[in-house]
Amino acid sequence: MSSPTVGLRKTALHTLHKKMGARMAEFGGWEMPIEYSGIIQEHCAVRTAAGLFDISHMGEILIEGAGCLRLIQHVTCNDASRLKDEQIQYSALLTPEGTFVDDILVHRFGVDRYFLCVNASNAQKDFDWICQHNSFDAKVIHASHQYSQLALQGPKAQGILQPLVNVDLKAMKYYWLKHGNLGDVDCLITRTGYTGEDGFELYFDPGSSERVWNLLMDAGSGDGLIPAGLGARNTLRLEAKMALYGHEISDQITPWEADLAWVVKLEKGNFLGKEALVKQHEAGIQKRLIGFEMVGKGIGRDGYPVLINGQEAGVVTSGGPSPSLKKNIGLAYVPVSHSNPGQEIEVQVRTQAIPARIVTTPFYTRPKPA
Amino acid sequence: MKFPADCVYTKEHEWVRVHEDVATVGITEHAQKELGDVVFVELPKSGETFDTKETFANVESVKAVSEVFCPVAGKILEVNNALSDSPQLVNEDCYGDGWFVKLKMSDAAELKDLLNHEEYAEFVAEESAE
Repeated sequence: MSSPTVGLRKTALHTLHKKMGARMAEFGGWEMPIEYSGIIQEHCAVRTAAGLFDISHMGEILIEGAGCLRLIQHVTCNDASRLKDEQIQYSALLTPEGTFVDDILVHRFGVDRYFLCVNASNAQKDFDWICQHNSFDAKVIHASHQYSQLALQGPKAQGILQPLVNVDLKAMKYYWLKHGNLGDVDCLITRTGYTGEDGFELYFDPGSSERVWNLLMDAGSGDGLIPAGLGARNTLRLEAKMALYGHEISDQITPWEADLAWVVKLEKGNFLGKEALVKQHEAGIQKRLIGFEMVGKGIGRDGYPVLINGQEAGVVTSGGPSPSLKKNIGLAYVPVSHSNPGQEIEVQVRTQAIPARIVTTPFYTRPKPA
Repeated sequence: MKFPADCVYTKEHEWVRVHEDVATVGITEHAQKELGDVVFVELPKSGETFDTKETFANVESVKAVSEVFCPVAGKILEVNNALSDSPQLVNEDCYGDGWFVKLKMSDAAELKDLLNHEEYAEFVAEESAE
């Protein structure tokens, strides 16, 4: 039953995770903690208190020098020129066909210094891609080994983190960053996350990893902070309808199809993939990403066929139980003609076609502060 | 970890408790621990028959679907309908309220091929050491 782990990369917290009894598994070439006390318990802790995730497997790329904004504008589809210092935007690297190389976060540190956070499974690919298209004389640095990364997510996150940092977190808006100290550790603090809750992502020298982890756990356990793994990270992001590379987005999918039109700013000027996107926009898309919930008893999972009027018409990209909604939910590609909320569909679960229904997304939105 | 002495076990981590010619079947503590939170159990219908080692049920955790194999051939007499609304019974009480099916054995002699609780405990220890 055990899988071979020789050759998998390990984060600086690997020993700590095993000491805590985490169930480990392979993800993106890394051996990562999937769960500690249980996926459902960890998921609910993030929604009601806070969870601490080791996401050091993610990739980091620094882009510096006079040509850096022009390079970023060329290789991404969102408009990075809108960013002010210390501001962050969700964006994507696109192929000339307008499909996804990766989805990324673009951080502006300063006029000639940008920082990208990219998916673990695509880190090398993204770095090579950006270098390949760097005809702007920018300096592109693969900096992943320089950072450990933790995500502290949940309504209690700010209260837990504030006493540890020299930055006013109350004044930090969502999708903004600050450089500061966490204890005596230099830390990049960003108000971002992949859970649909308020929270922070913290980047710092890997040598300080256990120290930072322990500082956070000591500060937060009284408020219900628990360690959380990739299992809960996936159920949380699914409820918040956030895309996962290799599932909702890939080099076969465009932002129009993936319901990510808001990430594309055609008016910003030329960029890789723009021509193809304009063409597809004019021609219209054939399939679209939608959210569904199971109506019959069963779970529609990744890769399961979607049937419309008894005929196979689409596929589930991500699906599973929703601990917060207590339903089984998922995302799927279906023909545009049958993609409206309320549309009855079926999901083929092994030998049976189980009824389901298209619903509006996100499935879960965090409550607005009082 | 519990290994009730009144059960016999398979290497695929199913348990069998026999009363006359009726076998109650479920999955073991080791199995439910490996699965994590059980969120769905797909059970057969009463009257269906299964051969030894044939898949008769599926148990689903948050992340995965696992097949459950019939330990001894027979006909399903009763299924545990409580698992429909309360799949977590498999985690909470795998040898009791978390039972899957009761079946009428075709050949009780097949029970001899299964492990007793000591043999199964040893098997689990060896597997975990790998």
